[in-house]
Amino acid sequence: MALTRREFIKFTGLGLAASSLGMLGFGAAGEAQAAAVRPFKLTHATETRNTCTYCSVACGILIYSMGDRAKNALSNIIHIEGDPDHPVNRGTLCPKGSALLDVVHAPTRLKAPRYRKPGGTEFEEVSWDFALDRIARLMKDDRDKNFIAKNAAGTTVNRWTSVGMLAASASSSETSYLTWKVVRSLGMVVFDNQARV
Amino acid sequence: MSDLQSQDYVRRSASTMTPPQARNHEDQVAKLIDVTRCIGCKACQSACMEWNDLRQDIGHFEGSYQNPDDLSPDVWTLMKFAEYENEQGNLEWLIRKDGCMHCEDPGCLKACPAPGAIVQYANGIVDFISDKCIGCGYCVKGCPFDIPRISKKDHKSYKCTLCSDRVSVGLEPACVKACPTGAIMFGSKTDMKDWAQERIVDLKSRGFEKAGLYDPQEVGGTHVMYVLHHADKPSLYSGLPDNPRISPMVTAWKGIIKPIALFGVALAALAGFFHWITEGPNEVTEEDEAAGERVLDDAEKTL
Repeated sequence: MALTRREFIKFTGLGLAASSLGMLGFGAAGEAQAAAVRPFKLTHATETRNTCTYCSVACGILIYSMGDRAKNALSNIIHIEGDPDHPVNRGTLCPKGSALLDVVHAPTRLKAPRYRKPGGTEFEEVSWDFALDRIARLMKDDRDKNFIAKNAAGTTVNRWTSVGMLAASASSSETSYLTWKVVRSLGMVVFDNQARV
Repeated sequence: MSDLQSQDYVRRSASTMTPPQARNHEDQVAKLIDVTRCIGCKACQSACMEWNDLRQDIGHFEGSYQNPDDLSPDVWTLMKFAEYENEQGNLEWLIRKDGCMHCEDPGCLKACPAPGAIVQYANGIVDFISDKCIGCGYCVKGCPFDIPRISKKDHKSYKCTLCSDRVSVGLEPACVKACPTGAIMFGSKTDMKDWAQERIVDLKSRGFEKAGLYDPQEVGGTHVMYVLHHADKPSLYSGLPDNPRISPMVTAWKGIIKPIALFGVALAALAGFFHWITEGPNEVTEEDEAAGERVLDDAEKTL
């Protein structure tokens, strides 16, 4: 397209006039004014109450997962925050608790029992049946070998001091009671439950 | 689903139209950060990243608890740690949660040239509407608190939204909920100011005579306020501005020069129009043409 000098100036002037009109406020006149905040992501998520896995404070948490638990929808945890109805933390969480979502989805998270053979160098994944059988077997053997029924003075003590047990913090009073009963009934003395704090 | 209706706006960047005024009775919200109760645990920082789905790349240890080093498009709130030796020669560890202050008179919004990229809702929250952002960075220059950060990936500006998505459905922001010491509180602006006054009375009774509220009037007050033990010297807290001011360049450019320039443009157009009416176009007469030819001929001859 050939432009004479005069035409060029005419077109430039038109362009300037049009953009000036825009600047004077006619440009946005038809534009919808609605802006959207980010949609609230928990509206229909499933809310599950639980206890934080970290420490003995045992804060209450709310776990939000995708889907309404319909048969064909696979749940996936999308958000975790404090439980405002929980007397321990009343909705608050520490930095680790606030970041629990990344623990849930961490690629290094332990999801099944793992076993390293005597003399082995690698851990391998095993079934719960295998793990529980093996633990029971070893406990029984050790208890049979080291159980102290009577002390030097001849008093019945029924102690099993060569094995100890650590229990989790995220347990209710009922679970703690049961754990205590099971462990003590075996005569185990070295027993620590994080809920002591 | 939770689009804020246009009536909920009070301001919109680079727009000359008046926002709807009918709903004028919405409560102003505010976040109160009581630095005197903060233990620097960063639960707010974690909760912010978790809720807003932000994950900063893992960086390097820089010799301070402050981590990451600075705000970024993926870090909307950051605990800033400052070590201060007071007059008695004692060390004070001043920890401040940094992030958008949600000014009543937002410098970012004033500076923004993209229509609707920055809005202020009636409840006081200043929000960036990312799809309208053109990534020019004017908001960074306009902000008296140095908060917005431009993403190198999508060339958009990002900052704290005061969890507008949570507040719009009646929840408190994620950082507020997480805070285990109650150093971050959320509520109506009046309630937060009342709460702050109680705290200040308490702090003064315990020897912090200069304790006070940071709600700078230079930017019309803010919707994120601080209770400081040294309210006379906010700059102790990792450079919190003593007198935050929107840059005079932004004020002059958007406040004075823009209307004058617009007036100038309109005047030039009008003058041109009237000149065209009264004088008409500049016609080339035959004598001019002939004179021109002669000049050209003479020039060729002299070569």
